[in-house]
Amino acid sequence: MAQAVIRPINPAGAAPAVAASPAPPAVRLRGFTRRFGETVVLHDLDLDIAAGEFVALLGRSGSGKTTLLRTLAGLDPADHQDVVTPKGRAVVFQDPRLLPWKPVWRNVALGLGGANPRDRARAALTEVGLGHRLDVWPATLSGGEAQRAALARALVREPELLLLDEPFASVDALTRIRMHDLVLALWRTHRPAVLLVTHDVDEAITLADRVLVLDAGRIAGEETIRLARPRETGPDFQAIRRRLLRHLGVQPRAPAPEGELLAFPTGEAV
Amino acid sequence: MTLVSTIRLSNKAAARGLGAGAQRWLSPLALILVWELGSRAGLIPAHVLAAPSAVIGTAWAMIVSGELPANMLVSLGRAGAGLAIGVTLGSGLAIAAGLTRAGEHALDPPIQMLRTLPSLALTPLFIVWFGIGETPKVALIALGTMFPVYLNLFNGIRGVDPKLIEAARSFGLDGWRLIAEVILPGALPSFLLGLRFALAGSWLILVVAEQINASAGLGYLINNARDFSRTDTIVVCLIVYALLGLTADGLVRAIERRALAWRPSFIKS
Repeated sequence: MAQAVIRPINPAGAAPAVAASPAPPAVRLRGFTRRFGETVVLHDLDLDIAAGEFVALLGRSGSGKTTLLRTLAGLDPADHQDVVTPKGRAVVFQDPRLLPWKPVWRNVALGLGGANPRDRARAALTEVGLGHRLDVWPATLSGGEAQRAALARALVREPELLLLDEPFASVDALTRIRMHDLVLALWRTHRPAVLLVTHDVDEAITLADRVLVLDAGRIAGEETIRLARPRETGPDFQAIRRRLLRHLGVQPRAPAPEGELLAFPTGEAV
Repeated sequence: MTLVSTIRLSNKAAARGLGAGAQRWLSPLALILVWELGSRAGLIPAHVLAAPSAVIGTAWAMIVSGELPANMLVSLGRAGAGLAIGVTLGSGLAIAAGLTRAGEHALDPPIQMLRTLPSLALTPLFIVWFGIGETPKVALIALGTMFPVYLNLFNGIRGVDPKLIEAARSFGLDGWRLIAEVILPGALPSFLLGLRFALAGSWLILVVAEQINASAGLGYLINNARDFSRTDTIVVCLIVYALLGLTADGLVRAIERRALAWRPSFIKS
């Protein structure tokens, strides 16, 4: 990463002050409720995402976070509720979902209007480090490469809202770190509003300007992360981590000085 | 055959200057040799089974006289016409039933009922309807090839990963583009499997259909030869049936290698 800032905290100006920008928000939800039969998945939800803001949505399985993402992506109907999203939206799913019968560049250019789709796909693939794999079949890509191609497929559309549905959950830990850097670099270049759905607390703190905790269909907590990027674990990181975990209902076992020991009362990964 | 013995065999073959491929031809050749010797020794009378040398001689004579190519073309024409009609109908019905619920409700139940009928059982009815000319033969083949194409393509269309469809939709594909770029390519492997079944079926039906009062074709040659106990001609025609079937299967495999080049199994090889 090009950033030279090492200091773990820089409250004055590290986080882009997009939340305060006068531009209209990219996403605006008011009193959004979604139910499947008797089950209320999302309950009277208010949400704003500013243009260019990176928001992480943290929650357990079944907290409703994927439902919220699907609504914003237009994959689920909004049922005439108060939902404002930009027209330019692109999703990166948990699995790459590349069409196996189209070479990588045609997957990236899928549904793309306008001239020179191949050149645009090449540019996007080059940005994610796959400029040399334009014409190969998706089946020949590794898991990380396939997910990068999926990222290129989303970026090539220059979306105003980039929706990431646990996109790093199925890649190995080392690849995940590289993917984090890549996503941040791409976000800095293209400045879409980002909603990252994840159940990984550290990932949320590492990447986002703002972390929302979703629990049982309600926003249970919100943290604005003012740490300078790249973010290393340190006392401030740990303090945010502890607060977020508390929102998720995970209590630190003891006031350990390093704050590393955490109890998982239900045995469930958060 | 276990891996070890295969390796040992191929080692031996290599030592004798023979590839593993050549090794596989040894036993069939030996069998033909025994057959030839049996015929020459009078153990296998010609009216039961002609000697291989006689079969080869007859085959050559039939090729030179033009009798075999002409009748082979007639048979190929029947199979081709029936197959073309059957595959077109089967594909059209599968697409209509696969893409819409209304189509499924209207088309699938009657097709599922009809497919339980062995198509050859319809021969008498077809003769009553269409007479004894070319029509019932082509119609039987068309009917017999329609079902495997319909069943496999229908399953293929319904089996396309909904996650891929959802992703393609999210990137703006809908209507015909979604069908052409996602659903049909996704169903292509199943369609080709159905096509292979259809080809095998068309051959089987051809053999039987050609026994219906044909005045040309391989079946006609066989019928004629039967009346004169010409086992050499019968064997020649059987070999031609086998070779044509083999060629058809090879054709579908070649199509698969091209059309399904994206599959991991083809990428590796």
